[in-house]
Amino acid sequence: MTAVSDTDLLFNRLAKTELDSYEGGLGGLTRREFLKYCTGIAATMGLPTVAGVQMAQAATASQRPPVIWLHGQECTGCTESLLRSYHPTLESLILDTISLDYHETLCVGAGKQAEAHKHKIMEEFHGKYVLVTEGATPTKDGGIYCKIGDKPHVEHVQEAAEGAAAIIAIGSCAAWGGIQSAHPNPTEAKATHEVLNGKTVINIPGCPPNPYNFISTVLYLLTFNKPPELDQENRPKFAYGRLIHENCERRPHFDAGRFALEFGDYGHRQGFCLYKLGCKGPETYANCPAIGFGDVGFGAWPIGTGHPCFGCTMKESAFNKPIHALADVKTYAPPTAFPAVDAPKGGGISPGAAAIAAAIGGAALGAAAVAMRKMPGRVDESDNTEHSD
Amino acid sequence: MAHASHSPLGGKLLTKPFLVLLIFALIGGFFIARRFIFGLGDVTHMSGGYPWGIWIAVDVIIGTALGCGGFAMALLVYIFNRGVYHPLMRPALLGGLFGYTLAGLAVVIDLGRYWQTYNLLLPWFAQPNSVMFEVALCVMAYIAVLWIEFSPAFLERFGLTAVRDKLKKYMFVFIALGVLLPTMHQSSLGSLLLVMGSQLSPLWYTIWLPLLFLVTALAMGYGVVILEATVVTNAFALPSEQRILGRLSPLVAWLLGGFLVLRFLDIAYRGHTGLMFAGDLNGFMFWLENLMFLGATVILGLRSTRTNQRLMFLASILLLLAGSLYRLDAYLVAYNPGNGWTYFPSVPELMVTIGVISLEILLYLVFIKKLPVLHGVRPVQSH
Repeated sequence: MTAVSDTDLLFNRLAKTELDSYEGGLGGLTRREFLKYCTGIAATMGLPTVAGVQMAQAATASQRPPVIWLHGQECTGCTESLLRSYHPTLESLILDTISLDYHETLCVGAGKQAEAHKHKIMEEFHGKYVLVTEGATPTKDGGIYCKIGDKPHVEHVQEAAEGAAAIIAIGSCAAWGGIQSAHPNPTEAKATHEVLNGKTVINIPGCPPNPYNFISTVLYLLTFNKPPELDQENRPKFAYGRLIHENCERRPHFDAGRFALEFGDYGHRQGFCLYKLGCKGPETYANCPAIGFGDVGFGAWPIGTGHPCFGCTMKESAFNKPIHALADVKTYAPPTAFPAVDAPKGGGISPGAAAIAAAIGGAALGAAAVAMRKMPGRVDESDNTEHSD
Repeated sequence: MAHASHSPLGGKLLTKPFLVLLIFALIGGFFIARRFIFGLGDVTHMSGGYPWGIWIAVDVIIGTALGCGGFAMALLVYIFNRGVYHPLMRPALLGGLFGYTLAGLAVVIDLGRYWQTYNLLLPWFAQPNSVMFEVALCVMAYIAVLWIEFSPAFLERFGLTAVRDKLKKYMFVFIALGVLLPTMHQSSLGSLLLVMGSQLSPLWYTIWLPLLFLVTALAMGYGVVILEATVVTNAFALPSEQRILGRLSPLVAWLLGGFLVLRFLDIAYRGHTGLMFAGDLNGFMFWLENLMFLGATVILGLRSTRTNQRLMFLASILLLLAGSLYRLDAYLVAYNPGNGWTYFPSVPELMVTIGVISLEILLYLVFIKKLPVLHGVRPVQSH
């Protein structure tokens, strides 16, 4: 009996593909669903379909890359937003794709135990682990305004960055300083790349950033062992290459000069452009209109729900510019004379216009009739012999 | 084939019709100036629901179809090598020249941001998948081609026969383009409506729109040639072109017959026959245009029409009215964007269209009097 079942087990295992034989399965996903997900991620990054398969292989490799996730001055919004991603869910990401070895919100262990584990990983996987920073780093007075395990956050970051294969700064706080760095910046909060001189930090700004921009970047790193194409501020181009204004669903209203002027006015209720309410879409680089938030479908993002974008991904906009200040339009400025919001739906037939239209018809008919009466009926064939070929 | 000789008609320029047309053109010009100073809303009744008014529907969509005389004749004379029709070529080209040039002018007047028109010509802004882009480029190119095709008339007038003879060597290129470009954009004027979906009545909306527009453009092109030849030869007491026109008529009858058969079969196949008898405005317009098409088809098909100038004239009028109405219906009457939008042109808007058409006829008169366009004119007498 046991021999038979052993053979069966072996047979089953061989019959399965490499992907399914992976210890721990695929987080409840079937193989087809998982490949679909990876291909989807590849597509959102503008990669060929075959990259989806490569991603699936990388994500299910037996050696999961360890990830150390540090929190500085922040609200945990980035983690919260990541917790609400559904393809894949965070648990399938951290249990199957990566090995999340240190994360203050999600750790099972606590206190000295957690710190000890972090150090063990940093030594064991020196040069191999991924460091993720969430939150800004205070630097005033040696960084004492944010301490973890009796040590300033800035030291944690610098120490962990030493042996990191890649560093990702998630959220605006880590990417450019966030709200902590806004005037008067009492703790001299800085972005991760500002306290790590000379190290490349992939910035995923946003407050919170779209979780899929983070996941896509991680999967790209795991697959190709290099960061995706970055812009001059080290943001992945696939996510931050275009202005919100360029793909905004309300853009036609902007071009047509239809603007909401107050919350709840006619234009606002009609879904007109929010530029005049201070929308920072025209100066903000992010892919929000293309992928939305919360996996609930089209229109689920700030502008989609009727609130002007406040430019959370941009240092020049968010927290540093009043929410209702006009954006600096980077494409071209709208014309100064805007038509009224409640455009009339047609003027109807004016008596004059009707008279003219009738006159045209009458004149045409009259002229045709007169012309016909004047012209000779039958034409003598000999009249035009000279035309013959 | 015998080469047709052309000569200017001569005669006084400042005639009564000229002055009447000039007054209408000036009124149109006044409102065009207002449009550029005070904006579109000052002059037109166009709206968000009807961004295309009569300037597009009449001046462009109908205007270019009426300008298809050059296209239709070029197809016949050069592609099917029917040299017998050659005497009709130059006047037809002249009609096309004004039809298209002024349609281009109408588009610029109609465009909200006309100052950006040049962007169409910048390849890095091109959107090659857009029908509108194709129409815009094709029409622009065709206007240029028409001027080149017509240029021998200028060159002869100013005695530059050497240049004309040189140009003649390469004329085949422009003649080929002169057939290709209208084939492309006249069918695309139908394709433009394909995106309207249910906003256009199913009596007009069909996947065959591009073909139906192309066929009507060709038929209207021949219609214009017939009308213009009949009117001009009578008005200026020139030798009749009836014999050539008579040969042309069965061809047009076949074209129109094919159009009608396709149209009715298609509506029946799609199951919208009931809409013809709905008793509403759309149904009425549908029958009006098709009965006129049918009338033109029958008259042109009659053997006795070939020698009867009056019947020929009547048929061409019916054909042009039917073709124009078909286009007006498809672009405005049967088009309903919903949400309570309505449209009827305003007085200034109508005056602009009348002004543009008046200018077209006025320039035609000037050109045939001053340039060698018409065929069979007796030597100009000194006066």
